[in-house]
Amino acid sequence: MKKINFLKPDKTNLNTFLYLGSFLFFISILDVFLNSFLRVNLIGFLPNFLSFFMPLILGFIGLYFIRIEYSGIKQLDLINKHINTNNFNAILSLLIIFVVIKSIPPILSWFVIDASFAGDSKDVCSGSGACWTYIKVWIRRFMYGMYPNAEQWRINLSFIALALLGSVGYFASDRFKKYLTLYYVIIYPFIAFLFIFFFISGGPVFFDFSYGIIAAILSIIIGFFIPNKFKFYYFLIVPFALYISLKYFLFFEEYIELGKLEGLNWVETGAWGGLSLTFIISFFCLIFCFPIGMAFALGRRSSFPLIRYISIGFIEFWRGVPLITVLFMSAVMFPMFLPADFFIDKLVRCIIAISLFEAAYVAEVIRGGLQALPRGQYEAAKSLGMGYWKMHIFVILPQALKLVIPGIANTFLALVKDTPLIFVVGLLEIVGMLNLAKTNPEWLGFAMEGYVFAAIIFWIICYAMSKYSYNLEQKYKTDR
Amino acid sequence: MNFKLKDLGPQLITVIVVVLIFGFFTYNAQINMENRGIDFGYGFLSQESSFDVQFSLIEYDGSHSYFRAYLVGLLNTILVSVIGIIIATILGVIVGVARLSPNYLINKFAAYYVEFFRNIPLLLQIFFWYFAALRALPLPQDAEAIFGVFFLTIKGLYVPAFIWENFNIFFYSIVAAIIAIVVIRIHAKKLQESQGKQLPVFFISIGLIFILPLLSFLVGGVNLSFEIPKLKQLAATSYVYDGGLSLPPELIALTLSLSLYTATFIAECVRAGIQGVGKGQKEAAASIGLTPNQVLKLVIMPQALRIIIPPTTNQYLNLTKNSSLAAAIAYPDLVLVFAGTALMQTGKAIEIVSITMFTYLSLSISISILMNWYNKRIAIQEK
Repeated sequence: MKKINFLKPDKTNLNTFLYLGSFLFFISILDVFLNSFLRVNLIGFLPNFLSFFMPLILGFIGLYFIRIEYSGIKQLDLINKHINTNNFNAILSLLIIFVVIKSIPPILSWFVIDASFAGDSKDVCSGSGACWTYIKVWIRRFMYGMYPNAEQWRINLSFIALALLGSVGYFASDRFKKYLTLYYVIIYPFIAFLFIFFFISGGPVFFDFSYGIIAAILSIIIGFFIPNKFKFYYFLIVPFALYISLKYFLFFEEYIELGKLEGLNWVETGAWGGLSLTFIISFFCLIFCFPIGMAFALGRRSSFPLIRYISIGFIEFWRGVPLITVLFMSAVMFPMFLPADFFIDKLVRCIIAISLFEAAYVAEVIRGGLQALPRGQYEAAKSLGMGYWKMHIFVILPQALKLVIPGIANTFLALVKDTPLIFVVGLLEIVGMLNLAKTNPEWLGFAMEGYVFAAIIFWIICYAMSKYSYNLEQKYKTDR
Repeated sequence: MNFKLKDLGPQLITVIVVVLIFGFFTYNAQINMENRGIDFGYGFLSQESSFDVQFSLIEYDGSHSYFRAYLVGLLNTILVSVIGIIIATILGVIVGVARLSPNYLINKFAAYYVEFFRNIPLLLQIFFWYFAALRALPLPQDAEAIFGVFFLTIKGLYVPAFIWENFNIFFYSIVAAIIAIVVIRIHAKKLQESQGKQLPVFFISIGLIFILPLLSFLVGGVNLSFEIPKLKQLAATSYVYDGGLSLPPELIALTLSLSLYTATFIAECVRAGIQGVGKGQKEAAASIGLTPNQVLKLVIMPQALRIIIPPTTNQYLNLTKNSSLAAAIAYPDLVLVFAGTALMQTGKAIEIVSITMFTYLSLSISISILMNWYNKRIAIQEK
């Protein structure tokens, strides 16, 4: 038998080192495992201080023994390569394994084993675990805010309809693909606006809805006779102009006796809340901040100095102030700037403020994309005789936007994560509702459950968005 | 001059629109203020504020002026931002490097940390720490001492206070140490460039920064003693810690959540920076015989920093701006003290909101100017 040098594990005594090392490593893991799951202390006979560090020491020695280069055993080499490259890494790996093992039982018992799910009052929640009953009882408030229970189908219906309409692009055949941009930029937001205005807001706005439909149909019919050259501008302006002129100049109600038709119950925006409000605000801000941001990005790169300086001023102003002060401004300062009899709804003011704020960030992101394009693209477009707008719409922006998909996705993520700030103006989305529910005398002491619940929801939304943006990035990646 | 008349049109229209919008706003503001009987002016800043602030770095109570209240808020904001930036940077660099570790477990651990903390709204995290996690801490009378001197209770963290004698001498000794280090660095760089000799700058610096202040203790008559917080009974069931330094739970919750949240973004910047340095650079450096430490110090880091610094600056700015969320948990920062309480009392909406915004704007701009200067200094000097 060869001499074994325990300070230098090598290949000659592979099996000895392997068995001894694995055994020590296994013992250390087992000790921590038993300690945390079954509360049994294997090495409790040792002094306190030593028994605390014993698993680490044993595991470290074990890992040291099995750190044999080119052992020829595939699994062992894999372990050595990934968690056991040197002493420092071995200790870190052990610590992480221990922390994970230690933290599983308390988390599991709080979340599931000791948690209470049944019942609908506080009494069932006496255990040490989470009280999911609290979430169950309050779920409607967390989802819909103070929106009346009987009317909540309106929110559901609107969201389902909008989701279906939003996924049209996914199913559209190639023949209609070229109209998709038009659809998503102009028609879809318009429909969304109508839905939210008509269905979720309710009230005697039946006519608004019908005006919207009439305006849409009329403008589409007339649109067939418009030369292709102006179609874009036409659809940009005319439907809205028609809608507004119908609404403010036609006074339909006065001519037609249908005015008695009340429509749906009106729910004021102050009662909106919960997760649905998060969606509504994010949705509208997302729609508005993108074109505004694009305009300012182009403005910042404009060759006209005055336009450039105004854009720089706009962008740097919004980027320099925190959103909370912007919302403060929209709440207390903005009404002072409007005529005394002119009232803008709190939610609308909020949406305007957040849109302007995020638009500055979108502008910077898009500017990055514009700057990253090689000069040749601009020059090639110009040499084909394209003007400023044609060059940007058909050559520059499609490429620039492709480049900045991750940046834009990050900005939108920030937007979703910023929505809870609207508590400043008194609107309560899900986090605000949680804080409200927390102070309810019947349900004191369940702050943790509420925040964990909201955190999970936000995490899922944001993670899904970031994964989606990653997919988009891969899909539109063009090699240069 | 390349002046074209046709360029004037769009610019003129834009300017006219902007002027019209601003004119409309000012006109309405004037009328509204007349109607409500409010007069515009910043004179209120010198009036007596007559409200109290829970936590302030400078002496303040109700008899001081509004301007003093503004300063209290500003200093509290700066305090949170500075602590947050320091912790977030340390944590972010560690996590960012860990993301590149060959160790699978460390790598995944760092990745999960980043994915977890950056996908949850900051406000929610602040609420979580303040209303859920820190509320689970023991009452002052039940708190156990950490290392015998720190007390972490539901009413905040109590740490020993430093009581200095001749503090200015100690301060000068630190300044002297820093100047000496800078001089030695410059000298070492010159020496390396002219003769190729390398001085152990790092060890000399460490030695200097310890030895000079130590000398000030031994020679300069500096003395330091600690005031350890002691439990004091106020009433039958009400206890507080007396003496020492107390950090309110609002400050702890805010710095904790700000730094945990921002560290994820800084970690991504650091990772991108180190990955952005080409593999060839590392191999080339190794092939001319540099040790791994030298490779990191002389080749990788200078190049990586160039990529890391601009986005990290942005994160510092974000952290400073996000510190305004303090208003949600009643930490007396600029927004809460000035745009909250002071605005309620005076009703000077336009003045106060504009001062607040201007303050944040100048904070952001000063940080970005500082960082741009640094960035320019380390940027590649292209011919």
